Amino acid sequence: MKSYKIIDHEYDVVVLGAGGSGLRAAVGLSEAGLKTACVSKVFPTRSHTSAAQGGISAALGNMGEDDWRWHMYDTVKGADWLGDQDCIEYLCKEAPRAVLELEKYGVPFSRTEDGKIYQRPFGGMTKNYGNEPVQRTCAAADRTGHAILHTLYGQALKHKTEFFIEYFALDLLMKDGQCKGLIAWNLNDGTIHRFRSHITIIATGGYGKVYYSATSAHTCTGDGNAMVLRAGLPLQDMEFVQFHPTGIYGHGTLISEGVRGEGGYLVNSKGERFMERYAPKAKDLASRDVVSRSIAVEINEGRGVGNEKDHVHLHLNHLDPKVIEERLPGISESSRLFANVDVTKEPIPVVPTVHYNMGGIPTNYKAEVLTLNGSEKTVPGLMAIGEAACVSVHGANRLGSNSLIDLVVFGRAAAKRAAELVKPGTPHEEIPQSETDKCLERFDRLRNASGTNNTADLRLAMQKTMQSKCAVFRTEKTLKEGVNEIRKPFEGMDDLSVKDKSLIFNTDLVETLEFDNLIRQAITTMDSAYHRKESRGAHAREDFPKRNDEKFMQHTLSWCDGKKTKIDYRPVHRSTLSNDVQYFPPQERVY
Amino acid sequence: MVQINLPQNSKVEKGKFFKDKTGSKNIRKVNIYRWDPSTGENPRIDTYEVDMDNCPSKVLDLLNKIKNEIDPSIAYRRSCAHGVCGSCAMNMDGKNGLACTKPHSEIKGDINIYPLPHLKVLKDLIGDLSTLYKQYESVEPWLKTTSKTEKENIQSKKDRAKLDGLYECIMCACCSTSCPSYWWNGEKYLGPAVLLQAYRWIIDSRDEDRKERLKKVADELKLYRCHTIMNCTNACPKGLNPAKAIASIKKMLATS
Repeated sequence: MKSYKIIDHEYDVVVLGAGGSGLRAAVGLSEAGLKTACVSKVFPTRSHTSAAQGGISAALGNMGEDDWRWHMYDTVKGADWLGDQDCIEYLCKEAPRAVLELEKYGVPFSRTEDGKIYQRPFGGMTKNYGNEPVQRTCAAADRTGHAILHTLYGQALKHKTEFFIEYFALDLLMKDGQCKGLIAWNLNDGTIHRFRSHITIIATGGYGKVYYSATSAHTCTGDGNAMVLRAGLPLQDMEFVQFHPTGIYGHGTLISEGVRGEGGYLVNSKGERFMERYAPKAKDLASRDVVSRSIAVEINEGRGVGNEKDHVHLHLNHLDPKVIEERLPGISESSRLFANVDVTKEPIPVVPTVHYNMGGIPTNYKAEVLTLNGSEKTVPGLMAIGEAACVSVHGANRLGSNSLIDLVVFGRAAAKRAAELVKPGTPHEEIPQSETDKCLERFDRLRNASGTNNTADLRLAMQKTMQSKCAVFRTEKTLKEGVNEIRKPFEGMDDLSVKDKSLIFNTDLVETLEFDNLIRQAITTMDSAYHRKESRGAHAREDFPKRNDEKFMQHTLSWCDGKKTKIDYRPVHRSTLSNDVQYFPPQERVY
Repeated sequence: MVQINLPQNSKVEKGKFFKDKTGSKNIRKVNIYRWDPSTGENPRIDTYEVDMDNCPSKVLDLLNKIKNEIDPSIAYRRSCAHGVCGSCAMNMDGKNGLACTKPHSEIKGDINIYPLPHLKVLKDLIGDLSTLYKQYESVEPWLKTTSKTEKENIQSKKDRAKLDGLYECIMCACCSTSCPSYWWNGEKYLGPAVLLQAYRWIIDSRDEDRKERLKKVADELKLYRCHTIMNCTNACPKGLNPAKAIASIKKMLATS
């Protein structure tokens, strides 16, 4: 192996990722006086939080009565009882304060007539424990994520957070089961950087790019999740992949649930508003897994639209053009650019599209990473937040607008917990050189790979397998085939070809490292799905159509060492955090 | 007589030619600026013949196709692929824009792709935006208030509407790098992208620092290098109007 120039850094805390959760954590850490580095492979405002459209949920009650307990009930039900209710309580109780804090940071929320934060209806958000829809989702038109991300970056600048931008993280540095920092590659000049830190917070987002068609950005490759797997730690509930009901047909661009929140509806080839059949009460505002499955059934039964009858129509052309202009300007632009549709005149062609990973790095509500060793235990020095984490507040299915609130509530919680655990300026321990060697050996091997398989071809094979074998509906047969097939692209890496050998902005190598990250998550996703023989939330097994609480009210934990996985389970928390609210026992889930 | 020449090492040379291997009848030629800092070689233009029968509609799709199927070494930034992250800003057919929203069918003849103009090139289509980011930081893009209330700040719909056309900026730098004044005085003139952001905070009814903010930008170089050339507004892929924002700042200063 060639020798690499290594530059050492010491920080109290290192945050990996500069999206909504990473930035919120970084702000809190800087405020607490901890020496903080924020490392990101893209400039912060390029993070995928910017693509979030519809809004951020919080029971502010600006548009009528609301209660955080109702929000909690909706989230528990949306999660199909796979969420940990102590964590969900924390999320929903903290939500209003977190949104008000964002407003004070400067987020340009849309406003009500009396100048308060505007809130819109969203899927699964109800009044009084499952009754009529409630307006709980706080919005900045249909660019809420963009507005929040840019504002949080401004706050991080205000607090003088130290950024390491366009640094690609390679691996965690572990010692005796504790995390001691990480190693990253600076794309700007090709140097390798070793960050020693008392706490490392992973905020690297989801891994939507394991699928062929996703609303996810090219950069959504779950790098932090894969680093956790390589450190010998498990990921949780990876089989739960959310298909957003309305991605633009053929392109995958997201069309916000806010469209249906503002009165848009879905229609099949017979012109029927078919959601009325599947969810008589909530209709088009049922939770996402329900709407996506309904669309899939319509298409499978021959009632799709278009030449191939393989998608449906989303109508908003009946809405007042002024409402569209004021509240949904972004999706009007996307529809024009990617579907060639004028939304004031024609429907948008849409199809369920991979959108969000409920699964990820297991944590408690303080954002501390968990593993299983006989019983639940925390991993000292390691935290995870945002889509990378599985707290689990979203359980088997996330409600729309619960993701942005997750980012800021748990971003803040991580900073708070880190401030309790670390005294600023505490000296650092030595880390064995073997950790660095192991990391750079993989880096160097991939960089110098001179076989015959292109990364792009292996990635495509992985994406097609995930798309066909681990989709909205799953069966023993498709999953079994998937379990075998998904290992082939991994094996393909034995004969990998990386053409560019340079170190400055070598995007050939970046994509290869990203593929190495993706494929491990694809394997754990497929294997976790195969082992869960029930239907719950986003995991719909045609051969096991019922939820099985007796056997599967458990989180799947999956370890993955290359091709080999180990599956285990830990029980869902069946208690709340305080006496402010009572535990919601499992019920049948109807909308 | 003074002769102005480019230094020898920045002359753009003719590069490699990648002939079509698919046998497609629907071929377009794509010329791409290439430069790798680690080789010591001059920049060059590589030419790719691309089968357009199997290529989706946007320039980014074209680049991805080249990277995936023809030449994995080509470097460019890309992320969201639908015009919200601002990563894939570049110069296509002589005009700045986002590769992910620009249809290649709008380009006649060969498709020429360059990095954003007048930035230091880091590699191929990747420009160095660090100066622009520092300038962004200098306008202190955060809300300044003294209010200590637990509740949200109240803002009327009318006041909120003043932020429309400003807060949507994705900082892609298409505008600033199309501005001749910014080309000339990029170190000192803040440029349209950053001035648009400055105005976004100046005009926010919740902000209590308007006077100070105005004072800070009221500078011969920072602000008044704008000569209303309007390239910025023409270049903005989000349909925003930085020139108008700059004019509004000038007007506020003139009337305050």
